[in-house]
Amino acid sequence: MAEVTLRKVVKRYDDVEAVRGIDLDIPDHEFVVLVGPSGCGKSTTLRMIAGLEDISDGEIMIGGDVVNDVPPKDRDIAMVFQNYALYPHMTVAENMSFGLRLKHYPKAEIKQRITEAARMLDITDLIDRKPKQLSGGQRQRVAMGRAIVRNPKVFLFDEPLSNLDAKLRVQMRIEIKKVHQKVRTTTVYVTHDQVEAMTLADRVVVMNHGRIEQIGPPNELYHRPATKFVAGFIGSPAMNFIPCQLEESGGLLQVRVSDAAAFPVPAERVARYRAIPRDTKLLLGLRPEHLVDAQSNQSAAFQPFDATPDVIEPMGMETFVYFPLAGAQLCGRINPGIDAQAGAPLRLAVDLNHMHLLNEATGAVL
Amino acid sequence: MVDAAQSMTQPIRARTTRSGLRKFLERKSTIAFFMALPLMLLIAIMVIYPAFYSLHLATLNKSMQRFVGFGNFTFLFKRETFWMVVQQSCFFAITAVIFKALIGFVVAHLVHNLPDKGQRKWRGMLLVPWVIPPAMSTLAWLWLFDPSYSAFNWILAQVGIGPIPWTGDASWARFSVILVNIWAGAPFFLIMYLAALKSVPEQLYEAAAIDGANWWQRIWYITLPMMRNIIAITTLFSLIVTFANFDIVRILTAGGPLDKTHLFATWAFRIGIEGNDIPLGASISLFMVPILAIAAVFILRDINKRGNEA
Repeated sequence: MAEVTLRKVVKRYDDVEAVRGIDLDIPDHEFVVLVGPSGCGKSTTLRMIAGLEDISDGEIMIGGDVVNDVPPKDRDIAMVFQNYALYPHMTVAENMSFGLRLKHYPKAEIKQRITEAARMLDITDLIDRKPKQLSGGQRQRVAMGRAIVRNPKVFLFDEPLSNLDAKLRVQMRIEIKKVHQKVRTTTVYVTHDQVEAMTLADRVVVMNHGRIEQIGPPNELYHRPATKFVAGFIGSPAMNFIPCQLEESGGLLQVRVSDAAAFPVPAERVARYRAIPRDTKLLLGLRPEHLVDAQSNQSAAFQPFDATPDVIEPMGMETFVYFPLAGAQLCGRINPGIDAQAGAPLRLAVDLNHMHLLNEATGAVL
Repeated sequence: MVDAAQSMTQPIRARTTRSGLRKFLERKSTIAFFMALPLMLLIAIMVIYPAFYSLHLATLNKSMQRFVGFGNFTFLFKRETFWMVVQQSCFFAITAVIFKALIGFVVAHLVHNLPDKGQRKWRGMLLVPWVIPPAMSTLAWLWLFDPSYSAFNWILAQVGIGPIPWTGDASWARFSVILVNIWAGAPFFLIMYLAALKSVPEQLYEAAAIDGANWWQRIWYITLPMMRNIIAITTLFSLIVTFANFDIVRILTAGGPLDKTHLFATWAFRIGIEGNDIPLGASISLFMVPILAIAAVFILRDINKRGNEA
């Protein structure tokens, strides 16, 4: 096991920069998830750590050693691929033991490691089967088993759950977390699914356009996003953004979203927001769970307003309502017991204690 | 009343028969059968009929007047030339196929690793020997091997190596016919292997690289097993075609010197057509069937056993 360090790592393809100088320190035992939209450079970063892509500039260190020019086989890493990359002509046991056999481990030790890993992943009955005789979830377990038996310094996962159906994905997500809790190997996991990132990671690295937008524990990213991109990417349904202005009214600082709607800024934020120049174009960021029905949220923290939802999405334990406000389409989350109808007026309330104010031009959260 | 009922049921029955026939004609398997029928007829006329006819011919005497049973075959078994042809055909086919497969494999790897831009050009150029009709290209080789004007001998003379009797000496003649066969046949292996190589997912190599496999181990543990079926089928196909080769030997050496380079096809032609003993020629050519059948059974059994593992 080892720590992984990236220093100003750059990847260029001809004249396109896929990764633009990223710095990242991953301590021993940590589970780090690289998350971002397609083409953000997360997979390229992972492949550079694996040694499957050359590094155009910068340094990658595994366990304190610079590995820029070390071939993948000498980096002591294991990788789980999106399509599993199991050797189709080998049985599960042969697939899992391939790396160990190449390194001439004693047969008894190979057997012991396979048995242990198979037990951990619940694939003991499958070890004599060929990959084509396995389901997607079972293949995924074998691919993980192949990584575990090697007992490497670092685990790398490249979107390992993308090929599974929704139910299996949740199940395997839990399996991966369990395995990490047992083996505690430093793990770098790439996904475009923010739910996977939030549920698995000790720390999440949000990437966009080849750069790191923000690094932090899942809760920090959710509650204190640094940029509009992170605020919009993390969380489902996504955060609402409403063009707004700050204004003073009778000594009270308000966020005005339309001629008809203005909400007072919570007392503890007033000093911070007052410092913002008045001509700055702003966005009010609100998560759906902070746009709620007024009926069940009547405390002083909530500011009521009227809206007319055009779409209602009942989810069982909650109901999402979509409504227009100040030229933006917003999503709110209401109590499922409320009888909301599309096209009928609904009294909603906003919890500004969880509001975010963003600079529209720079995307920075203020 | 009854009559009226009967007269009504008749057209109904006729209609159902007609719709049944229509259904039969519209069935996918029926359409497929009729579409394949011309080819099946062609095979019947061009392959099955001549095959049975040659079986019939092989049982006749030289003047084709009298039935002699296995007489032609027992006569062949007693002739030294026959055993020499058996030996030469096997040696020719096995050596040529091994080298064609090896060269095809190596060159396929080289081409596969070329950047995409240059790859098409090389692929096209490397296929040329396979595309030229062998009779024509062998004529060019004949000139290269010519005792008086050999370009090879001229080059060798420049470095002080004496003239080589490319087609005049038995061993060199055997070497020459194999060389030309390899030259003409290797591109077939190249193109088949290249297609097979392209179908091996890149991630398998990446997984193997991470598992600790070096270049050679990746070939041994990934490429070869993944290509096994293609290798087997290509080898079988090439073995059949090489074993039954006619044009190269016929043009380059005409079986000489002293019948030393004859294959079944060229010897059957020499005896049957040139020697005017068609029944004996037919018996010679029939010997190819059991030898190739044994090879086919072994190779195809292996393919069936493995099935499709992907």
